[in-house]
Amino acid sequence: MPLALQSRLIPFSLKGTDGRTLRPEDFAEAKVFGVIFTCNHCPYARAWEDRLIRVQRDYANRGVRFILINSNDPVKVPDDSFDQMKVRAQAKAYPFPYVFDDTQEVAKAYGATRTPEIFLFDESRTLRYHGAPDDNYEDPAAVRHQYLRDALDALLAGSTPPTPETKAVGCTIKWK
Amino acid sequence: MKYPLPAWGNTLSGKDVSGMREMRVEFLYWEDCPSYAQALLRLREVVAEEGVNSEVEVIRVDTEDQAQQLRFLGSPTIRFDDVDMAPPVDQSYGLSCRVYLTDDGRVTPLPSKEMIRRALRSAVRTREV
Repeated sequence: MPLALQSRLIPFSLKGTDGRTLRPEDFAEAKVFGVIFTCNHCPYARAWEDRLIRVQRDYANRGVRFILINSNDPVKVPDDSFDQMKVRAQAKAYPFPYVFDDTQEVAKAYGATRTPEIFLFDESRTLRYHGAPDDNYEDPAAVRHQYLRDALDALLAGSTPPTPETKAVGCTIKWK
Repeated sequence: MKYPLPAWGNTLSGKDVSGMREMRVEFLYWEDCPSYAQALLRLREVVAEEGVNSEVEVIRVDTEDQAQQLRFLGSPTIRFDDVDMAPPVDQSYGLSCRVYLTDDGRVTPLPSKEMIRRALRSAVRTREV
């Protein structure tokens, strides 16, 4: 089961592609903090990748910070190795840290099962949105419901996201 | 199940295809990839719209061994007369969700009807040669 809405953020400490080890406390200034499970190889994650980059850029100066976590077993999926994560982060000029959940304990703690899967926390680090970035992985022009952007707008305005939970759609996390 | 021919006749790109309608159409999928149902629907629609009166063979792939044996390039995989609809450069078999590229270069897990249609027409042309 995924982390329930209104739950507190679960701490973690993971190494990023830039060599730094990051913890949620490193984002203490963020008004909204997004923990996003994703990976390199999955076509759903890749289909939404540019949109997540755009959302991070659009909301960066409003106190929104995302951290991307790859929990896949690189033995099963070599494209999701730490080295390949570095290549991807650099090639796409990620505006967010990309960290490796080598033990898969963070994904298990959050109850994440798909890539991508978003857990969005408010300023008190309470979970306020969980699910997909929007309602159309296939075509950005055909999106009708911008779940993530709507949740961010609501939280930044001090209100409740209009759709607090959606089904995370994507590849399954590849467990060891 | 045979699919009804469209009302406008046995045509594909304006040609009579009535003599070549027993094409093998395969749809292979892995349940972990959520777009397979939509992809199968699109395939069936295209097959019917193009007047190809073939049954779509639906094959569920559950294990890595099956994936190797069936030359499964990821879910969904569509083959016409044993030829993949979009042969990738890296032909590695296994349980995975498949990456397709749209005409404008975007990544998608779901082939569009136009992509399926182009591949089907190409397969029909190959039969004609």
